[in-house]
Amino acid sequence: MTARVDAIDPGSPRTLGRLITRIENDPGAAAEIVAGLWNRTGRARRIGLTGPPGVGKSTLADQLITAARGGGLRVAVIGVDPSSPFSGGAILGDRVRMLRHSGDSGVYIRSMAARAHLGGLAAATRDVAYVMEAFAFDLVLVETVGVGQSEVEIMGLADTVVVATAPGLGDAVQTLKAGILEIADVLVVNKADRPGARETVMQLREMRRLVPHHDAWDVPIVETAATTGTGTAELWDAIRRHGEHLRTSGELDARRSRRAEREVLDLVETALASRVRATLRHDGEPAEILAEAKRRETDPHSAAKAILDRLGPPSRG
Amino acid sequence: MTRVLMAKVGLDGHDRGVKVVARALRDAGFEVVYTGLHRTPEEVAVAAVQEDVDVIGVSILSGAHMALVPPLLDELRANDAADIKVLVGGVIPEADRAKLRELGAAAVFDQDATTDAIVEWIRGNAGRGGR
Repeated sequence: MTARVDAIDPGSPRTLGRLITRIENDPGAAAEIVAGLWNRTGRARRIGLTGPPGVGKSTLADQLITAARGGGLRVAVIGVDPSSPFSGGAILGDRVRMLRHSGDSGVYIRSMAARAHLGGLAAATRDVAYVMEAFAFDLVLVETVGVGQSEVEIMGLADTVVVATAPGLGDAVQTLKAGILEIADVLVVNKADRPGARETVMQLREMRRLVPHHDAWDVPIVETAATTGTGTAELWDAIRRHGEHLRTSGELDARRSRRAEREVLDLVETALASRVRATLRHDGEPAEILAEAKRRETDPHSAAKAILDRLGPPSRG
Repeated sequence: MTRVLMAKVGLDGHDRGVKVVARALRDAGFEVVYTGLHRTPEEVAVAAVQEDVDVIGVSILSGAHMALVPPLLDELRANDAADIKVLVGGVIPEADRAKLRELGAAAVFDQDATTDAIVEWIRGNAGRGGR
């Protein structure tokens, strides 16, 4: 398998499309594909685009593609949309806003359904981003599902997180809340040609003043009207400046190393969890403890501890 | 998970039908990429390759199906994607249905086709299977 991955033609969109499908459908294949392409990854700039439903993320993405293409960059886009909790099906509509790039071989757009995954991305998005990097795209742009307040997974994937909002989504209290606004490296008020834009910008400015910054980056607030292109040059410039800041401050390496750690731990935890579930399906002491808990003879915490004690060496601390 | 791309090609602006079918496919557990109105055959082929869909559903109510479907099939062949099945839906005269099939369209559904029939066809002929 690794040999076959080495032999793939990195110019073929058909090959890339098929690899992405395999990654989405088969975690085992995903592991082999990422391992096989690993030495070709890591050179792309990753930008995350997130925000509530309907603020214009896909239209902003369309404008960012144009800006990046103007600079000669090859762009890959992942647009994530929600899956139905009932049928498992999905309508993937992000690319409708990006159609003018469909004749451009330097742009690759892939829609992904979130499937059962929460957090704003699909479970396979991380691995798909690696494969896009390996196919020599300079920029990987990831658009999340329309998010609420706590879907912050994008910060574990992107170098630069752009949080978009729009006028009329709530008063100042919303901007005080923890979560989505805190993860922004660049804030966008889209639909800035609509009433209330000025107030939204002022509320965000106030919030930004109160949020402590971990590095020396001053989060810019950019006003855009993505359907006409107003302000998108400024947005692209803010993203570019954040990129420079990441490199010169050493924050890029710090972020990528945190990302690598989190990714490995996530994979270990997922694998451990499925091992534990497999163990509990078979007869034995752990399954008996679980049965006791189901009969309410043991409380959940004691049962969990007893099962863990029997699976491996007890945790210290 | 079965992936389907739904498109309107050409100048025809009637998109009620394609939206109804897209929703029925979603409710059947398919992942449906919707590309909207006024697409060219080239755009549809490029999107289908990038999205790696199993099926393309094109809706044509304008009568231009004989002018629009063959270029789409040619584009797919040129992109090493002749295995993607093309479903044609819309107002298609009896005589043209057989011609479209001969040219390489996998199936033709007329205006009286039910969404259930389309779902069943995809399940039976293009299956990575819904859920």
